[in-house]
Amino acid sequence: MTATRSLDAPVTNSDAGLTLDRSQLAGQRRAAKRRIKSGQPEGTDRGILSDSDRRRPGIRVGMGAVNVVLFVVLVIACVGPIFLLFKFAITPTQDILRTPMELFPNGIAWDNVTKAWNDVHVSRYFLNTIIMAGGSWATQIIVATSGGYMLSVLKPRYAKYINGAVMATLFVPGVVLLVPLYLTVLNPPLLSSSLINSFWAVWLPAGASAFNIVLMTRFFDNLPREIFEAARVDGAGPFRLFWSIVLPMSKPILGVVSVFAIIAAWKDFLWPMLVLKDPNIQPLSVRLPNLEATTDLGVFLAALAISTIIPIALFLVFQRLFLSGAGLGGAVKG
Amino acid sequence: MPTESDLSVSALAPGKNDADLAPTPDPAAQPHTRRPRRTPLTWLRGGGLSNLTFALPLLIIFGTFSWWPIMRAIVMAFQHTNLVNPATFVGWENFQFVLTDPLLPTAIKNTLYFALLALLFGYPIPLVAAVLMSEVKKLKGFFSVLAYLPVVVPPVIAVLLWKFFYDGSDTGVFNTMLGWIGLGPYPWLQSQTMAMPSLVLQATWAGAGATVIIYLAALISVPPELYDAADVDGAGVWRKVWHVTMPQLRGILFITLILQIIGTAQVFLEPYLFTSGGPANSTTTILLMIYNYAFGRSVGGDYGAATALSVLLAIFLAIFSAVYFKLTNSWSKS
Repeated sequence: MTATRSLDAPVTNSDAGLTLDRSQLAGQRRAAKRRIKSGQPEGTDRGILSDSDRRRPGIRVGMGAVNVVLFVVLVIACVGPIFLLFKFAITPTQDILRTPMELFPNGIAWDNVTKAWNDVHVSRYFLNTIIMAGGSWATQIIVATSGGYMLSVLKPRYAKYINGAVMATLFVPGVVLLVPLYLTVLNPPLLSSSLINSFWAVWLPAGASAFNIVLMTRFFDNLPREIFEAARVDGAGPFRLFWSIVLPMSKPILGVVSVFAIIAAWKDFLWPMLVLKDPNIQPLSVRLPNLEATTDLGVFLAALAISTIIPIALFLVFQRLFLSGAGLGGAVKG
Repeated sequence: MPTESDLSVSALAPGKNDADLAPTPDPAAQPHTRRPRRTPLTWLRGGGLSNLTFALPLLIIFGTFSWWPIMRAIVMAFQHTNLVNPATFVGWENFQFVLTDPLLPTAIKNTLYFALLALLFGYPIPLVAAVLMSEVKKLKGFFSVLAYLPVVVPPVIAVLLWKFFYDGSDTGVFNTMLGWIGLGPYPWLQSQTMAMPSLVLQATWAGAGATVIIYLAALISVPPELYDAADVDGAGVWRKVWHVTMPQLRGILFITLILQIIGTAQVFLEPYLFTSGGPANSTTTILLMIYNYAFGRSVGGDYGAATALSVLLAIFLAIFSAVYFKLTNSWSKS
């Protein structure tokens, strides 16, 4: 904990953003407020506006306007392009080209979607993407949980050096790694064959995420030590402690890391493009730019829409993980 | 870093952790016994093997795919490497070659321009949105979901979609919409002056949501007592925003600013997919140059030059961040 906290120390004046357990944090804050504002009934969460502010007519109208403006702007700017994508996915190509903003003047072309799925082989690239994301997820989870457990709970003497070395990689921009990592994968140490055109070339480097290690180590640091001691007294060895105590207690952070791992794999472009040269094993993100020139526009947009469904569905299902994780990312990265 | 829990554990299970304490003899802890010698056997009994087992995935993955390539990058920057002949040391030649490349000034200028535009578009918008959203009580969660939605669209798909929106003919999507209010048609990506702003507009759309969520998390942790005190002092809404909210957000604002600068200095996806650096190199960025040195179709294979330029970029970013944190640190204290 110490090494990473010192990164934040100079710039943030509160530790609040670093605490993983948000509900606990909110509870503490509410309790603190109750102590300070005891006697005042309107002591729930407040922001800039006080309750008496909110009762003033000018502000009430203003906040109403803010509500409407935010709603309209967010819907048009954030949802609009995505909505258009799904609309174009089922519009005949001729209509897209001639009258893009009219609503289905010549009917709906559902066959855009089936053509994209079957004729353009989006189904295969879709499967490749899932394989790529699944493998990257597995590597990241294995490395982050075992590494975090070692750094936070087992703490051998060399742990602080490993921790330092992992932290140091946070400060190296990804671009420095690009070429040497490519050459490493091209000619890996201890292996006779190149990893190019194999999913391992994506799966293995994905595990080297210092950000995951930070998240895991911090979470493990906050787990109650008494339980570990009790388990040790009961005769649990390090493996048993890891499998039966630490992992089951870490479901929240495993969820965060998992969702981020899968989304990151889905988004990844440059690295898979460099190491997966064979079109038959390329994921969607690599394949789609190549399809652009050779595919009918309506079918191409349908392919884009299909590729967007899984990330958006994941987001809508796991909203809370995403939104708390995004705040977390900002707090940790500093 | 032996924390108190660590010590209590070793007190409870002396056989396990004595070996860990052995090399730094602590007279207070072991006053009477002779100093235990560290042998492979004590190491084994102290759980050295299981510690190592848990460290192994991290060590192997980080060693092969992070630490080794980083060190290799520094060596490679001074080598000629072309995969056919064995690498030869060439001193500063790579750096000389890169620094005298006539394209470099253009790339630096373009990257700075991208960073500047990204700051103008992308820095104030999330802040204003987050402050407004934090005051909206009922719909805050819904608005956060809307704002974050573009972030989960895979970047490649977002870029390809916007490339289609940016179609320069008068039936392009954006040109049709602007036509409703009598503007355009604009050439967007085809014009040297409009290409870069178009790229930044899309990048801002794709990235702003993440920053909004970070600010929202920071706004929650502003202590409500400060607003109460400001109310008591008779501060109006604007003064509360300016004198309470902004100073409280200062730390996170500094962090998001430097993160954004570091991120935009490494912009690759947008120029690569939108314009491939064109028209007339008006969107060639530093990362695109690095990519072209190493993997470009016409040049390519010059891994030494690519690494040299990426090392230069990393050093520049490191110095820049160090100076930045030094400066902001002294401002924060004043």
